[in-house]
Amino acid sequence: MTTEKSINTQQETWYEIVLRVLKSNDVSLITYVPDKVLAPLIKVLHADPYFTVIAPAREEEAIGIITGSYMAGLKGITLMQTSGFATLANVLASLAVPFQIPVLMMISERGTLGEFQVGQAIVCKTMRPVLNTLGIENYAIERINDVEFIVDNMIKQAFATQTPAAMILSPLLTKR
Amino acid sequence: MTNLTNLSSARENAQIMNRFELIKRLTSKLHANEAVIGGIGNNNFDLWANGQRPENFYMLGSMGLTIPIALGVALAQPQRRVFALEGDGSLLMQLGALGTVAKTALKNLTIIIFDNGMYQITGKQPTLTDSCVDFVNVAQGSGLTQSYWARDNTHFEQLIDDALTKDGPHFIATRIDDKTPTVSTDRDPVKIRLGFMQALSIHR
Repeated sequence: MTTEKSINTQQETWYEIVLRVLKSNDVSLITYVPDKVLAPLIKVLHADPYFTVIAPAREEEAIGIITGSYMAGLKGITLMQTSGFATLANVLASLAVPFQIPVLMMISERGTLGEFQVGQAIVCKTMRPVLNTLGIENYAIERINDVEFIVDNMIKQAFATQTPAAMILSPLLTKR
Repeated sequence: MTNLTNLSSARENAQIMNRFELIKRLTSKLHANEAVIGGIGNNNFDLWANGQRPENFYMLGSMGLTIPIALGVALAQPQRRVFALEGDGSLLMQLGALGTVAKTALKNLTIIIFDNGMYQITGKQPTLTDSCVDFVNVAQGSGLTQSYWARDNTHFEQLIDDALTKDGPHFIATRIDDKTPTVSTDRDPVKIRLGFMQALSIHR
């Protein structure tokens, strides 16, 4: 039995692990602007009645919604891709950071390791400088064995220290 | 009264009122710890000037996010009524939010728009509502069926009464003058957030 269980754990996909870790941290509100890489995660979140899933028109809105819900006692996360993150500098600098809101972001990294659109490749290079300039904790998840550790600990630290956190899904994790 | 409410929704039929006075009429009707989210600039200055209710949240930057923040609060606390106070320039930045409000269909959410057709705080440059955009038409087209121009102060109060007793989402647009608020909000983000969360009984 134990052997079977460990085999099943090994077969868990990155998005199944993310779903499980969100649940174990009471993060039940999902706001997202879709992305092809995130599609399987979005699909399993929609299918699970534990989660409230909202798909607004823009990433700014998505951040605003989880900010409001946090202040009223409901934990949330925003899913987006790199180009969506690029629309957020003002909102992070004027809302999430100064108000000390634990805004959780999961960003699928586009524009690197095999990108074919030059615009994606350029906007990708703005992501880490913006995150680092704003002092926002960020880690790229590159291996399946790191998904649980990084997601779980970044969520816990964000709420414990009341600061935003950016979990970056590297193509090394999602494209292989 | 229902018949009056259903009269023409056109912006030009709405009387020009005053933001401070309208917020006063709103807050005087709030007796159940309703949450109020004040949009940037003059909207939250006049909210502040009307008495600093602990259930008020004053947004200091992030122009256009008043409605999404209010939606998040309303979603987390369905038993509490939530009001978003937003200006015309701000709403024009985030029109998609109206569709999100319609789609989520929260019964406890009301949007109040103060429209003076200008970016008042930056030098009174005209906004698009001054020439061609009608917010009630936009809201209705976004799926918010209960969307009205407040024709005058009395009608505004009737619409607030509806928002406090009937299922939303509600959208109330007002035309206002360009009178400058007499005070401005204390700009201490963490103090604002903690006070608001405490008023909403959230303790981390």
